[in-house]
Amino acid sequence: MNNMSTFDISTLSVAVPEIFLLSAIVVVLLLDLFLTKPFKQATYYLTQLSLLITGVMAFNLIGEPEAIIFGGSFILDDMASVFKVFMLGGTMVAMVYTRHYLEQHSLFKGEYFILVLLSVLGMMVMVSGYSLLTLYLGLEILALSLYTLIAIARERAGAVEAALKYFVLGAIASGLLLYGMSMIYGISGSLNINEIANFAANASLASREMLILNFGLVFLVIGIAFKLGAVPFHMWVPDVYQGSPTSVTMFLSTVPKIAAVAMLVRILVDGLGAMHAYWSDLFMVLAILSIAVGSVVALMQTNIKRMLAYSTISHIGFIMLGFVTGVISGYGAAVFYVLVYILMSLAAFGIIILLNKKGFEADLISDYKGLSKHSPWFALMMLIIMLSMAGVPPFVGFYAKLFILQQVISAGFVTIAVIAVVFAVISAYYYLQVIKSMYFEEADTKSEVTAPMDMQLVLSINAVLILVVGLFPDFWMKLSISLF
Amino acid sequence: MVSLSDYLILSSIIFCIGLAGIFINRTNIITLLMCVELILAAVNTNFIAFSHFLGNEAGQIFVFFILTVAAAEVAIGLAILTLLFRVRGSINVDVTNSLKG
Repeated sequence: MNNMSTFDISTLSVAVPEIFLLSAIVVVLLLDLFLTKPFKQATYYLTQLSLLITGVMAFNLIGEPEAIIFGGSFILDDMASVFKVFMLGGTMVAMVYTRHYLEQHSLFKGEYFILVLLSVLGMMVMVSGYSLLTLYLGLEILALSLYTLIAIARERAGAVEAALKYFVLGAIASGLLLYGMSMIYGISGSLNINEIANFAANASLASREMLILNFGLVFLVIGIAFKLGAVPFHMWVPDVYQGSPTSVTMFLSTVPKIAAVAMLVRILVDGLGAMHAYWSDLFMVLAILSIAVGSVVALMQTNIKRMLAYSTISHIGFIMLGFVTGVISGYGAAVFYVLVYILMSLAAFGIIILLNKKGFEADLISDYKGLSKHSPWFALMMLIIMLSMAGVPPFVGFYAKLFILQQVISAGFVTIAVIAVVFAVISAYYYLQVIKSMYFEEADTKSEVTAPMDMQLVLSINAVLILVVGLFPDFWMKLSISLF
Repeated sequence: MVSLSDYLILSSIIFCIGLAGIFINRTNIITLLMCVELILAAVNTNFIAFSHFLGNEAGQIFVFFILTVAAAEVAIGLAILTLLFRVRGSINVDVTNSLKG
């Protein structure tokens, strides 16, 4: 409540990217209403332009001194700015791929772009949220847009079903998260993260306060695990990934993960960091279960979207392991992993969308048979992506896993690291299966890649980056650690 | 005088009814939406009770936001439900089983 009475208009400069994006959404929404059929592409270009300008604004705020405005509920620090830049960049790449998909499946509607922009706004609010209220509102802006985005393919029974499942489980998750928030608020008397942190740091062990904090903490962890898709709260992930239109799957499997990790950092590291001993135990169980289930269940999938869903679950397990360590370099390794995961996942879904055609989804692993014959370049790209996800050096996925495991071992959890490695080796099997189908099996039908040049170019850069960042991971690793 | 713990017990009962309703219910999706509302009602009770006994308004403001978001959430939920009815001809929980693996 300290700085609530003073409101200075100049503090708004801290929230300029959000304010600009909100205005841009309104403008794009209105323009889209009046655009006639031949000019519909304008919505796409305006969306990209808004994302680009917002990204530049967020980039310019990197290195600014930390500022907390709006009565302590909105923070600008390097972590917020860097996350925003990555989210906006990731969304721009995703939109390049998305356009091809939407045109192939006649889903090209203005609403799609508006909803994506709105969900980006929600994520930016989440990343900068410094009170439970802003974090919750950001989360809901994101979630409500995503439910609608999935249901945009409204003639497809699978998409509607996926939307419903995501909606019901998302609503339960928000409910649990809110219940935890209400407990934390009730005992600490404040919604602001820094006041909660002060309270948690001063609460003595085994006191009544600690008990109630713990009670709330469990609900918060469950809510966050639901949103991240960690086992045992992962039921929605495979169904939603499989049922959604591929472009939506790509979007919701990539960028929102940064926002979820940011929320995790704000609530559990910044807010309840004093209670690390309590939540790290929960996280360890969730992480190991996620890695195990994600690696084993993916082995029997025939649908590549479903397979990638389980692969996401196991990646989430590794990210959570980074938070178990409780040291800054461990958190940095987790953030590095999340950024690497976004890079790989965008490229993997990019390849699926690249092979899409009218009435053909390319979502079965058998659709990749003989890809190396008719499209050797993209088969090579897919090879890079799959090897990187499996964690083979010199690709960046290897370093992401390596940094996490180094931190886990130096924190003294050698058994956990061994279990994680064993399951990572098991998971290599299904990534290699895709490679086997591409290189060693004959194609049933010969098909040319018909995607536009811009998509082919961006996708190639995206996949090559996996190799390049893998060769020079130090810069990104240092950047990730410097955020804490 | 109703004490804080009375409110908290009431809200935890409502919360459990909502949660149990979601997991036990195997028939109708509208019941699921009602259970979600129950969970949010429990949270609101919590926030208002805490806010009153702490003498801090932040919790009551939070409740306004939860109410607004809940309204938007239900609007979207019912819209999705209408779509489901259109493609499946039924809103029973057991029609949502085509995605499995």
